[in-house]
Amino acid sequence: MAAPNKKHDRPTTGHSWDGIEEFDNPMPRWWLWTFYISIIWAVIYMIFYPAWPLINSATSGILGYSSRADVAAEIADADAANQVWYDRLMETDPAAIIDDQELQRFAVNAGAAVFRAQCSQCHGAGAAGVQAGGFPNLLDDEWMWGGTTEDIIQTVTYGIRYEAFPDTRWSEMPAFGRDELLTGEEIDQVVQHVLSISGQPHDATLAAAGAEVFDYNCSSCHGIDGEGDIYSGAPALNNAIWLYGGDEASIRETVTNARFGIMPGFTERLPEAQIRAVAAYVHQLGGGQ
Amino acid sequence: MSSSDDNSLYAKREPIFPKRVYGAFRNLKWWLMAFTLGIYYLTPWIRWDRGPNLPDQAVLVDLANRRFFFFMVEIWPHEFYFVAGLLIMAGIGLFLFTSALGRVWCGYACPQTVWTDLYILVERWIEGDRNARLRLHRQKKWDGKKLRLRLTKWIAWILIAAATGGAWVFYFTDAPTLLVDLFTGNAHPIAYTTIAVMTGTTFFFGGIAREQVCIYACPWPRIQAAMMDEDTITVAYRDWRGEPRGKLKKGEHDPSQGDCIDCQACVNVCPMGIDIRNGQQLECITCALCIDACDEMMDKIGKPRGLIDYMALTDEVSERAGGKARNIWKHIFRPRTILYTTLWSLVGVGLVVALFMRSDIDMTVAPVRNPTFITLSDGTIRNVYEIKLRNKHGEERPFTLSVTGNDDLSVHIEGADHATVMAPPDTAKPVRVYVEAPKGSVSANGERAPFRFWVEDDINGERAYKDTVFNGKAN
Repeated sequence: MAAPNKKHDRPTTGHSWDGIEEFDNPMPRWWLWTFYISIIWAVIYMIFYPAWPLINSATSGILGYSSRADVAAEIADADAANQVWYDRLMETDPAAIIDDQELQRFAVNAGAAVFRAQCSQCHGAGAAGVQAGGFPNLLDDEWMWGGTTEDIIQTVTYGIRYEAFPDTRWSEMPAFGRDELLTGEEIDQVVQHVLSISGQPHDATLAAAGAEVFDYNCSSCHGIDGEGDIYSGAPALNNAIWLYGGDEASIRETVTNARFGIMPGFTERLPEAQIRAVAAYVHQLGGGQ
Repeated sequence: MSSSDDNSLYAKREPIFPKRVYGAFRNLKWWLMAFTLGIYYLTPWIRWDRGPNLPDQAVLVDLANRRFFFFMVEIWPHEFYFVAGLLIMAGIGLFLFTSALGRVWCGYACPQTVWTDLYILVERWIEGDRNARLRLHRQKKWDGKKLRLRLTKWIAWILIAAATGGAWVFYFTDAPTLLVDLFTGNAHPIAYTTIAVMTGTTFFFGGIAREQVCIYACPWPRIQAAMMDEDTITVAYRDWRGEPRGKLKKGEHDPSQGDCIDCQACVNVCPMGIDIRNGQQLECITCALCIDACDEMMDKIGKPRGLIDYMALTDEVSERAGGKARNIWKHIFRPRTILYTTLWSLVGVGLVVALFMRSDIDMTVAPVRNPTFITLSDGTIRNVYEIKLRNKHGEERPFTLSVTGNDDLSVHIEGADHATVMAPPDTAKPVRVYVEAPKGSVSANGERAPFRFWVEDDINGERAYKDTVFNGKAN
């Protein structure tokens, strides 16, 4: 009977709750040692690693470790690994990128990342554009300024109507109504003519009269049949694709007040290799020529 | 420290020194050890020709390329259910064996048992049999002999452990290449780390922890109780025959004394350190070494064998009452084991059928929904689909896509006016595919039109399909 009594020889904490007392057992030794070692470890850590927050930064520790520098180094490594591909992209003739399957796969993936960061704000994450804002759809087969890889590179590099670059693509449609270049009647006629060449319901007599108005005022840019002209950035009017809408009211608004958008050039924001990559990406969205 | 308390929950390990034993079960265990270790060490070296683009290792878990090769079978990640099926079969198989034969897995085939057996064998070669090892253990002083024996044993153990970890990594990459790389220092750090970890665990489990793994770490001894019943064949002691036990004295014959002469042979050979005469125990892995030990002793004193024997608990009861034991096959074939066998076979047959029914081409279709449709200049409505074509063949093949179920629709791939794709060998090839409905057609003006994508292997005409929908302008 000696063993059970041993329990009661131990001191208690002296507290008693409804007669329940608590033994004052020491901490397990392994626990104490772990605790002391942790304290020593903390001191060593504070010496070697960033630890104490200051007002603008933190103590840097004698190892000079920084997780931000680690990330920067990893990014630099990734960039260095990709450099081979970017070099190849620069050495390849832009028109030949699609013939090099490996290179094209790299360019499309790299270009998709560039597109998400730089282009999707206007052209949309799916590259379908936004009609209300006049941001063109890049998925269809109509190009106002050309749809070869070189054309796209040129557009991305210098932009459209982007005054900062003299090499930017430039053309402006006159505001035929606002500047009184056409009378209200002539506008009615030419709107009906545009409806007719794009295969939509229209008033035939007005449209016939509008053909003459179109010939004199519009065909120099939009072409005799309204087929458009990529050298002056004039969109085709005889098809189903409309940048600002193809119903009667939208066409009237465009003729009256003129509408054209601005796209920034990216030559100062992106390295040329990335511009080529994003052009390769846009080229394979469905309309590449 | 609390370990000195008399109410401590911690039990210190009692060292076990199993004695060498001879007999039928010991021989069976030697053969099984050679067989299982042979499978483990040699399998990665078996070659299997799969053509120029695929690895020629018969069994290979190719984690980098996410392929599993097993002789003529190749499993892709989306076919992982085969592995799940094999695990289910392993589970039911374990139920079957346990309900019929008790813990045969533990006693004969479990890696813990096999490697511990191997380690004990090496230990006996170096330090001698039970008595010599016991003496060495009790010798407090580390003289030259003890140091030499211990060091030799540990080095031998470490070599076995390193070979065990070394063989493991061969399952994951080309074995001959990796072997050269390992010794020239060119292998991947993960290979060395894996070998180091496996070496450490093998040494610890086989050399030091041994039966403690079975008793404290393994869940199986707990589960097996639910798997066994009174018809299960297991290792037991015929106490009605053996008791009351007593020492055999020359020239004396006490008719009240049982057959057990209390020679401790069964206890001395037990790798788990238990006394089987105490009845069924959680520690017992039914390795049957005590049967061999007791039979040998019974032969020596001229008593019948089988004082310790494989038997079912129902036999123990009927024998005690003077009856006879039932035939072992009548124990094994009972509704429960037949049910397990049926289930096991059904899963197995299902897997084999699925394995040979699966096609060598396959695809996934993901409609692009941003935007849902595109209007082209001539008024055609286009939908875009990201399709992945799986070519499981070892060579490049032309695959042709087509659509059925809707006459409005036509199909072609990005950058071409046809719908034939060259799919590289053993790869899932992504393709951007356009499906188009002409201006004014029902599908172009409608909401959603269902249709079916077909992919056909131009070489052998094999086909596969996926159903999806076309979004029109009204969508």
